[in-house]
Amino acid sequence: MSVNRIKNLGFPLMNLVKLRGTPILQQLVLEEKLLRNSSENWCIINNGTNVPTIVMGMSGKPCELLELGSVIKDQIPVIKRFTGGGTVIVDKNTVFVSLICNKDDVPNVQPYPRSVMAWSGSLYSDVFNGISDFQLRENDYVFGDRKFGGNAQSITRNRWIHHTSFLWDYSEGNMSYLKLPSRVPQYRLERDHTDFVCRMKDYIERSVFIEKTINAVGTQFMLKEVNLNEIDDSYGEHLESTRLLTMNELKETLAKTTQIESISQVG
Amino acid sequence: MGSRLLCASSRFASHLRISVSQRGFSSVVLKDLKYADSHEWVKIKGNKATVGITDHAQEHLGDVVYVELPDVGRSVSQGESFGAVESVKATSDINSPISGKVLQVNQHLSESPALVNSSPYEEGWIIKVEISDAGEVEKLMDSDKYSKFCEEEDAKH
Repeated sequence: MSVNRIKNLGFPLMNLVKLRGTPILQQLVLEEKLLRNSSENWCIINNGTNVPTIVMGMSGKPCELLELGSVIKDQIPVIKRFTGGGTVIVDKNTVFVSLICNKDDVPNVQPYPRSVMAWSGSLYSDVFNGISDFQLRENDYVFGDRKFGGNAQSITRNRWIHHTSFLWDYSEGNMSYLKLPSRVPQYRLERDHTDFVCRMKDYIERSVFIEKTINAVGTQFMLKEVNLNEIDDSYGEHLESTRLLTMNELKETLAKTTQIESISQVG
Repeated sequence: MGSRLLCASSRFASHLRISVSQRGFSSVVLKDLKYADSHEWVKIKGNKATVGITDHAQEHLGDVVYVELPDVGRSVSQGESFGAVESVKATSDINSPISGKVLQVNQHLSESPALVNSSPYEEGWIIKVEISDAGEVEKLMDSDKYSKFCEEEDAKH
């Protein structure tokens, strides 16, 4: 028996899907489908997405979270995803890592948000070992007090997904489409976006990060690389909640918000 | 999570059972309810049922910031998801412990989702259902079994 087989003996299998420039809507729809309809474990890595896109969490309200006037004028796509958490603007310089697991294949992790987050924090501690004060801080991945990775999760009866958008690099212009959210972590301390976030490229090479992430996942799962076109279409039978908001919806929201603000000013 | 101090009036004391895990934190389990292994409770009255999530569930989920409610009139099936709660950046499915038709949803949860944390068995109820199969109740746990189930689950981690 080879050393690798002995090493992987007893590890649950995880499918590894490596993407590059895949549209974020396509990625999220795939993830929701795999979470709901697959019984296998998945690690999906998308090395950048094709166009700048705003992605809100399940409960996100565009009027509260977005500078709607600019978003509509510049025709920035806005997606509402199936997981919780906050709003991000992603582009070719965002690296996405998503882990979809059967709860029984990660038996030391209870299927609750803080337990899953602690597990992922530990996994990424291995990835960023020795790199500038990495920590999971109030559910964000930070170097020191600057956020470079945002997390979100969805938990079903027997499975969960933990996915992260890592800011390899970002455009400050893009950040201006986002408002300061009402719910912020304490460590943010009223800093605006540019003082609160940092660029991962200042800490680690992009390819090194991806390789180390795969290696870290490989210490707990037996990885099998799968191409996107090998993923069975029959996974598609479920009610999707991930969707692209239409420009008409955003315009109607802006119109209602403007009307409410006008009335309150007159009142 | 440390132990919770509970003030139970004489009115409630006889209906309460406190489940204490090996790590010492406790959750409230009410005697007159039935429980699913996905941590939802159901209160049956005739052919109507009220459904919510348990104290154990809300403790483990953290502060609930949003509740996704189903439409009135839709069908629910035992063990299947009908909605979700959001807490700590996660959406967590709420599974129905009973099959039937949704008669009412708790609209207060739209403005005050934290009711699920502060009053999981009373003001934090989630849906009311017209039961389609009364026999399904046999598959649920009573308070003693559910308390033991929670203790065993927590002891594993």
